[in-house]
Amino acid sequence: MSKRSSWALPYFIFLVLFVVMPLVLILFYALQDSSGHFTLSNITKFFTDKDALSTFALSIEVALENTVLCILIGYPTAYILADKSLNRSAVTVVLFILPMWVNALMRTLATAELFTMAGITLGKGTLLFGMCYDYLPFMIYPIYNVLAKMDKSYAEAAQDLGARPWQVFAKVTLPLSMPGVISGVMMVFMPTVSTFAISEFLTNNKIKLFGTIIQENINNSMWNYGAALALIMLVIIGITTFFQKDDGSEAAGGAL
Amino acid sequence: MEEKIIEIQHVSKSFGDKNVLRDINLYVKKGEFITLLGPSGCGKTTLLRMIAGFLQPDEGGILMDGKDITGMPPHLRRLNTVFQRYALFPHLDVYDNIAFGLKLKKTPEEEIDKKVRRVLKLVSMSDYEDRDVESLSGGQQQRIAIARAIVNQPEILLLDEPLAALDLKMRKDMQIELKEMHRKLGITFIYVTHDQEEALTLSDTIVVMNEGRIQQIGTPIDIYNEPVNCFVADFIGESNILKGRMLRDRRVAFIKHEFDCVDEGFGEDVPVDVVVRPEDIYFTTDPDRCQFRAKVNSCTFKGVHYEMWVDTDTGYELMIQDYDPYPVGTEVMLYIDPDDIQVMKKERVANVYDARVTGAGKVTFLDTEFACDTEGFAEGDAVQATVSFEKVDLLDNEETADLTGHVAVILYMGDHYHLTVKTETGENIWVDTNDIWDKGDFVGIKILPEDIRLSKPADRHE
Amino acid sequence: MKKVLARTYLILILIILYAPIVFIAVFSFTEAKSLGNWTGFSLNLYKNLFTGSMQNSAGLISAVENTLLIALIASVFATLLGTVAAIGIFNLKGRKKQTMQFLNNIPMINPDIITGVSLFLLFVFLHISQGYLTVILAHITFCTPYVVLNVLPKLSQMNPNIYEAALDLGATPFQALRKVLVPVLRPGMVSGFILSFTMSLDDFAVTFFTRGTIGLDTLSTYIYTDARKGGLTPELKPLMTIIFLIILAVLLFINIRSAKTKTN
Repeated sequence: MSKRSSWALPYFIFLVLFVVMPLVLILFYALQDSSGHFTLSNITKFFTDKDALSTFALSIEVALENTVLCILIGYPTAYILADKSLNRSAVTVVLFILPMWVNALMRTLATAELFTMAGITLGKGTLLFGMCYDYLPFMIYPIYNVLAKMDKSYAEAAQDLGARPWQVFAKVTLPLSMPGVISGVMMVFMPTVSTFAISEFLTNNKIKLFGTIIQENINNSMWNYGAALALIMLVIIGITTFFQKDDGSEAAGGAL
Repeated sequence: MEEKIIEIQHVSKSFGDKNVLRDINLYVKKGEFITLLGPSGCGKTTLLRMIAGFLQPDEGGILMDGKDITGMPPHLRRLNTVFQRYALFPHLDVYDNIAFGLKLKKTPEEEIDKKVRRVLKLVSMSDYEDRDVESLSGGQQQRIAIARAIVNQPEILLLDEPLAALDLKMRKDMQIELKEMHRKLGITFIYVTHDQEEALTLSDTIVVMNEGRIQQIGTPIDIYNEPVNCFVADFIGESNILKGRMLRDRRVAFIKHEFDCVDEGFGEDVPVDVVVRPEDIYFTTDPDRCQFRAKVNSCTFKGVHYEMWVDTDTGYELMIQDYDPYPVGTEVMLYIDPDDIQVMKKERVANVYDARVTGAGKVTFLDTEFACDTEGFAEGDAVQATVSFEKVDLLDNEETADLTGHVAVILYMGDHYHLTVKTETGENIWVDTNDIWDKGDFVGIKILPEDIRLSKPADRHE
Repeated sequence: MKKVLARTYLILILIILYAPIVFIAVFSFTEAKSLGNWTGFSLNLYKNLFTGSMQNSAGLISAVENTLLIALIASVFATLLGTVAAIGIFNLKGRKKQTMQFLNNIPMINPDIITGVSLFLLFVFLHISQGYLTVILAHITFCTPYVVLNVLPKLSQMNPNIYEAALDLGATPFQALRKVLVPVLRPGMVSGFILSFTMSLDDFAVTFFTRGTIGLDTLSTYIYTDARKGGLTPELKPLMTIIFLIILAVLLFINIRSAKTKTN
């Protein structure tokens, strides 16, 4: 049996080459100037650049708001879908994940067009709504997964011990479904901070998010500054993942 | 008069087209340890969940202390449940699990503290307050589940197969502790199990259930010694179940011998079922006491006693338990005390079905058309079709069969097997056969035209 | 009452979720260039799409081809690599196992843009000219972790003795693998493959950073460039409508069939 552990080796080499090394290279380029000398100027540039800082703050704000919005809309949806007395059909669940299979950019463009047609000016409001619409399925699915698999006897035990329906929810169902919420947050928050095309479409380029700045720098061959910005984002990811000790990968896996 | 704490009146319940409970009537006395006993699917858990309030009966009502609680939600009922797999909240530690109900009732902090510590001591789990429930062993989780329920001082404790997940040794220990706890707390226990030994050990009263109906209610001793039908006799303990004939009061014939018994009022020359427990057949060396002879064909040591199978001089096989072994091949003399012969009214003497004549020489019952002699009846007549047990053929293929089913219950009757076969449409056919089938076997069922007897339906309905 | 409220809520959310898709579908039946402009019913866009008689038709068709080809190659390789890796990881112990699981999680946690930028830097650093190869490698990178994640549970559900039982019955290790292990892992491999395929189809950011400057377009990058230029190719609307209907049909078919086999 022990020999079969060596089967992990090819993937280990692959991961080192295509995951670890690229991340190290972000650090490597972030700490270099364009002629290849070591410097901290890329980092200090970000912290002294008012525009970059405010874009960064706005991105975090939009991502937080979007995540909260997705929870507020997605949790009740997942709850209803997982409740056997309210929904018995697996097809209904599929209907909620189905939009994920349609090209996200195309859907976003259509959403933006819908706003324009309805006479709503593209701006932060449309950005939030559009992003929520894009990422909602990623929130619904992991929460649904946890709720649907939850042993019904926990809720019954709470009722049996004297909990009213809303107390059953607040004291048992909600806390037990937190792993689903957390993995939903991971699947919504990080992508929204870093999105670029979607925010451009939804605001007609009026609002720039952090992802757009990274993309612009890289595309304009300012690799070192782009790498520094990516590094800052990596730090944010590190912090958020740290707070989420057990990863929510079980809820994310097997999305079919 | 003893006080009735729970009364169940004419309760029926079905899930889809499956009748899970049919007209259940039952009362529970205050302070007693009552057990709902039966095989899986007999409806015992459904009944318990109705008492807890998780299910509503389709018909009938449930009273607690004389008041109707049928529609009352679970959180208002003054009873608590110990769930099958405990259902301890994984996000709370031991202390918070137990304090859950008290906190909901806004009990003062120090009172909660006192009560939690007291029940923890009662279940011998002091010092475990801060433990994560998932780090506990099965037996420990079991204790916490009981503690969580009794800390609320319910009037009734419902226990849904609470020991099923434990190993044998642990189960025996917990049985003693449960009995002790029942004595100390003085509250009513309603206990659900499929384990007859557990039920006999623990209960004041046992309710034996099968296929959604109550079969028998009684003390463990009553149930064991005087089973009312073959199902109860077979389900509780080991038994020799035999076909018999009540000759007159206090005289019964079975295994082609006649015996004195203590039963009366069956009438004369009436077919009956007879149960004799294996420990109630005695060996003797006195030819005067000998009622019949037999030859030992197997002898197995079972720890305390020996289990022997003997072939009687009349061709029946009986099980005997005794402290002394008799070697295989020994010719033995046997007798049975009149007291130890349990005579039961036959539930049925043949298969009887409502049928309809669907053409000349054709009749339909069990959703199947059979050929048979329909003389004297016209097409469309509602009739009654009777097929005796031994005239139903079971086949292991379905090509030549009239219909199919699977073997649900097997009773060994000493010289043949009595099977209950469930058809695809959920009806029962009872079959006497010498062939050996296993429970769950898929079988083809064939009934020959000459074995179906038709009669007017009026015979049956009084 | 509760049921009515719940139903209404679900329907409301579904309407919002599907509004843009329906919008695209409706406006695929008119000729106007911009999305919200109705100039009467017409099947011309569908005709153009199938006859290829539109401006830049070669670009759109090759974008569709590239998308499918890249997704197919990347998910086949990801499934093979991920399955072998899962068997390896399953047999690892302690620190090594934790390390592998941690590394496997990184591409899933990383936002697309980080994966894209970091791989871009890698290819620049190694002087690999970017094109098909780099895009496929990048897609394998973000797809494989999901295969591993789908195969691992099948391994832990598997009775550990069945592989040995096969050897005991005279199978060579390779035969045991092919006849015992692969059938057990197949459901995980299939769902890993499907997940990889759909993620690759939908990817935009990673492709955007790793496709280089040779003019390689997938559907996503094509739409992005097209929209940035201002005029979205109108034939995208019928194309999207057709793709959506195919996916809808396939998913409903799979689900209804699996629901039926469950009840039987």
